[in-house]
Amino acid sequence: MQRFFERLLTMDRRIIFVVIFLALSVPIFLQIKIDIQVTSEVQILYDALNELSRGSRILVSCDYDPGSEPELQPMAESGFRYFIENDLKFIIIGLWPQGPLQANKALEMISEVNEGFVVEDGDTLYFGHDLIVVGPDTIRYGIDFINLGYQVGQELVIQRMGSSFGAAFPNDSWYGRPIGEFSIMDGLNKLSDFDFIYNLSAGYPGTYEWVQFAVDRFHVPVGAGNTAVQAPLVYPYLDTGQLSGLLGGMKGGAEFEKLVGYKGRATLSMVSQTAAHIFVILFIVIGNIAYFATRGKQSKRGL
Amino acid sequence: MGDLADTFSDWYSIISAFAIWLGALNLMKISIEKVSKKQKDWFFAIATIVSFLLIVIVGFFFSGGRQFLDLGTRFDWLYRYIYSPLSATMFALLAFFVASASYRAFRARNAQATVLLLAAFIVMVGRTPFGDWMSSMLFLPEGWRISNLTNVIMNYLNVAGQRAIMIGIALGIVSTSLRIILGIERSYLGGE
Repeated sequence: MQRFFERLLTMDRRIIFVVIFLALSVPIFLQIKIDIQVTSEVQILYDALNELSRGSRILVSCDYDPGSEPELQPMAESGFRYFIENDLKFIIIGLWPQGPLQANKALEMISEVNEGFVVEDGDTLYFGHDLIVVGPDTIRYGIDFINLGYQVGQELVIQRMGSSFGAAFPNDSWYGRPIGEFSIMDGLNKLSDFDFIYNLSAGYPGTYEWVQFAVDRFHVPVGAGNTAVQAPLVYPYLDTGQLSGLLGGMKGGAEFEKLVGYKGRATLSMVSQTAAHIFVILFIVIGNIAYFATRGKQSKRGL
Repeated sequence: MGDLADTFSDWYSIISAFAIWLGALNLMKISIEKVSKKQKDWFFAIATIVSFLLIVIVGFFFSGGRQFLDLGTRFDWLYRYIYSPLSATMFALLAFFVASASYRAFRARNAQATVLLLAAFIVMVGRTPFGDWMSSMLFLPEGWRISNLTNVIMNYLNVAGQRAIMIGIALGIVSTSLRIILGIERSYLGGE
């Protein structure tokens, strides 16, 4: 028995890799329904968005790259979907170079899968310049949404937007035209003219900086979606009310999807994530059992 | 004062933009040197050079000029089907290494490690629907559900720790800044 535990302690890590791979991939093919409970921090964000009146303008800052796509992209998709359905206008920017491109992908994604956006008069679903979707929830580029792209400068970009939005983002990203030519930008001269900021963040610059500059200095409410690794770092801001809600990791994304009424990728991935967590816990338990079973022997060896 | 702050912000952005170029050129210089001198793992540097040149050339000359970020351009194709999957794969590898490292390093060796282990267990289970299912199976009362215990750990214990770290960092920044402003700290100038 002792030998068995010793062998367990020195188990080939490739076995762990295979088990985790199966735990993550098999549930994708299974139709398992799971009940997702909504936590208070997600509910706070949803309530904050619900309080916005129709036509309110939201600044969406996509501060992440494809590495964080599994966690943050579903939040972008469900967020955009919510904005469109509730007639909220949104202005996309990025403090990370890849962020605005990820936003484009998210818009394309919801246009393809969302049956509610199919036109009634026979036109086909269309994603491209000027018009993303048609039908009851028509949104048009420059009128209902716009993508202003990436701006270098980290948190100082936020500070610059505070005094002059046009100085930080003079042109749009899709056409390279001055932002003043788009009606969505009418009256948006500085950061405090926005009604809400929806920030999706995977690190620096991200939610920390948005809270410190946009909330504390320019008094614009910020709701954030963070990777599971980063979320614990911004919890103090939730407690003080500086952060108007937080979507933490894939679970936060799934909870938000539940509130929005959209079964997106976060919900579908929850089974995989659950299975992976269970197996990691099992490995830890097995590792500890083996450790205690062989501890006497290890002490004698001076380990 | 506000104008001055705006001027500095603008200059910061300009310098940052040049710094990106500087970083890219430095990466190329180091990679070319590595290949030319056949240093250790020099063949990986070839992949860096080729990838860099490919995305720059395609982005500048074969993706519709200013509209290179548009859907359907060659740059967009490279971003979607090469860069995104590679980047996501790199990040996804973490799951496997975390599992392996947890198995080998997460031991209840002493009281502190045991507390850490228990907290990790509760948060990991509580962050998935499995935690709620397990709570129901164990007939745990509402306040003792694993998801609620997770919230207690995250909202109180974690916040207390994070807040202490944040205050500590802020005080450190203030004291270091004061040392630099008063000329006590001169190591950045090459002094002692």
